[in-house]
Amino acid sequence: MRREPPRRAADYAPLVFPALMLLVFFVVPFGTMVAVSFFRRQPGGFYTPDFVLGNYERFLSPFFGNVLAFSLALATLAAICAVALAFPFTYLLTRRPRRVQTRWLIGLLSLLSLSEVIIGFAWSTLFSRTAGITNLLVALGLMSQPRALLPSFGAVLTGMVYQALPYAVLVLYPALVRLDPTLIEAARTLGAHPARAFFNVVVPALRSTIVAALIMVFVFELGSYLLPQILGRPQHWTLSVLITDQAIYQSNMPFAAAMALFLVLLSLALVGLTLLIGRKEGAA
Amino acid sequence: MTGLVLRDISKRFGATTVVDQVQLTVPEGGFVCLLGPSGCGKTTLLRMIAGLEAPSTGAVWLDGEDITAVPTHQRNLGMVFQSLALFPHLSVGENIAYPLRIRGRSRAEQARRTEELLNLIHLPGFGDRPVAKLSGGQRQRVAIARALALSPRLFLLDEPLSALDAKLREAMQVELRQLQQRLGITTIVVTHDQREAMTMADLVVVMGEGRIRQVAAPIEIYRHPADAFVADFIGSTNLIELQLDANGRAWAFGCALPGLLAQGPGRATLSIRPEDLQLTAPGDGAPVGRVSFVRDLGATIETFVEVGGKVLVAVTTPRARAQAQPGDAVGVVLPPENCVVLAS
Repeated sequence: MRREPPRRAADYAPLVFPALMLLVFFVVPFGTMVAVSFFRRQPGGFYTPDFVLGNYERFLSPFFGNVLAFSLALATLAAICAVALAFPFTYLLTRRPRRVQTRWLIGLLSLLSLSEVIIGFAWSTLFSRTAGITNLLVALGLMSQPRALLPSFGAVLTGMVYQALPYAVLVLYPALVRLDPTLIEAARTLGAHPARAFFNVVVPALRSTIVAALIMVFVFELGSYLLPQILGRPQHWTLSVLITDQAIYQSNMPFAAAMALFLVLLSLALVGLTLLIGRKEGAA
Repeated sequence: MTGLVLRDISKRFGATTVVDQVQLTVPEGGFVCLLGPSGCGKTTLLRMIAGLEAPSTGAVWLDGEDITAVPTHQRNLGMVFQSLALFPHLSVGENIAYPLRIRGRSRAEQARRTEELLNLIHLPGFGDRPVAKLSGGQRQRVAIARALALSPRLFLLDEPLSALDAKLREAMQVELRQLQQRLGITTIVVTHDQREAMTMADLVVVMGEGRIRQVAAPIEIYRHPADAFVADFIGSTNLIELQLDANGRAWAFGCALPGLLAQGPGRATLSIRPEDLQLTAPGDGAPVGRVSFVRDLGATIETFVEVGGKVLVAVTTPRARAQAQPGDAVGVVLPPENCVVLAS
């Protein structure tokens, strides 16, 4: 197919519809949020148009700084755990017959239909003292009596990794399925133990895919606000929880908008930095 | 005894037998080609020698030691894959040094050996280039160098030259053979290209349907094929039905073939190479046919002759004789010294 550069205004016509949708459903709401973040809050009411930096100033307190740092750390950790689990799983899956692969992928896709609420309450049952997995461990004689595993940081992390796992697998799968299986065989004939061959041939050969999966899961987890509330203590709450709290329960839209904007900019900066480091290493 | 010995190797995948009771001895320093059409089990056999597949039955012996249960990474072999399997994230030098790095050799030794191998494959100074920047022939050489880095006991190549264009392939065949002779390393190459096998090997193993059909020197296989399968697969040939009478005389197309003796009575198949088939003026008691097509390729002329419902091909050089035209009647002479009677 030959592609000619667009010359007349009419050549841009196919772009009108997507551009319009983007404008109406993305640019306008985001612009509104940016504007609101500079508005003045009306105590007991809503907000009045203004240009104040107070919302951002309030944000620069140790409390919100800590919450932000915790949110970023939690999302990073969850992303690393999810990809670390998904990568070997997906690799082994691609070595199975086609039929087996299809079944697993359908199963994983159906997991995506579960809402965050259902995942949260399912795990809170599993981690509970009365009906949780510790009862199973007691039955097996591994524990003396059942105990509650939540609320805790581990419970929050488990829920978030569980939620992100299907996405990580689906991002990794296409690249792993295309990976030349003779690469690892070649490493074996050259004297590498299969496990070693996996780590110094398969993993580096797919570095950019792994980075892409990490970024995707990281961004996805940053928005998580139900699981920390269901499975964690207040100190495990993320910035997303605070944003919801400010926007809905405290009716402080300007402050919520300022926090949301800050979160977007910060995560964009982190993603950009990761890509930049990746490119530099690739060039070296 | 030294060298590679395959004892009664079979490989079954479910109900299909891919390799069927293969017995083979490869002398140390020998260059063997496993030759056969696709799906004949030659690649599976090579993978079993490498330890990438486990044989269903039988054993692999190397230098007097049973290595059937030894995992691939402890077999000390070098293998070149059809896809070459160069590591895309490593440079040329790092690819070649990979087996040395795995064995924990010092950086100085890695560098020295890599340098040595780059000179061996005529790519000095290429160490820092990324693999993706190389041409097909250069990648081929790098794969060979990497496989040879540890001076392996066994050098295995699976259709190594199939990705190259015809001219480069022929040049690489010669180069590979010379390299093998210089290093004196036991080498097994899988190929479906009989020209490749004849250029490189001192022993050709023809395989068909999972079994070994013939093991012999290349020219021996060409001159004295063991059966119709081998005769047909190695080069082109004319296969002619023979009737043998009680006196041991052979008949084809209703004419007696003088000088050709075989055990009779019964039927047999005669194989004669196109360059051995002679065309004369009709008469003299030779079978008579009609020229159906002439393919003039410049260096050679292929004349297609229809005799008794069968098309025979004769190849001659342009200067050898006057060219026959389609429609001409010609006598077909089968010189007995060039005919091979095959077991049916």
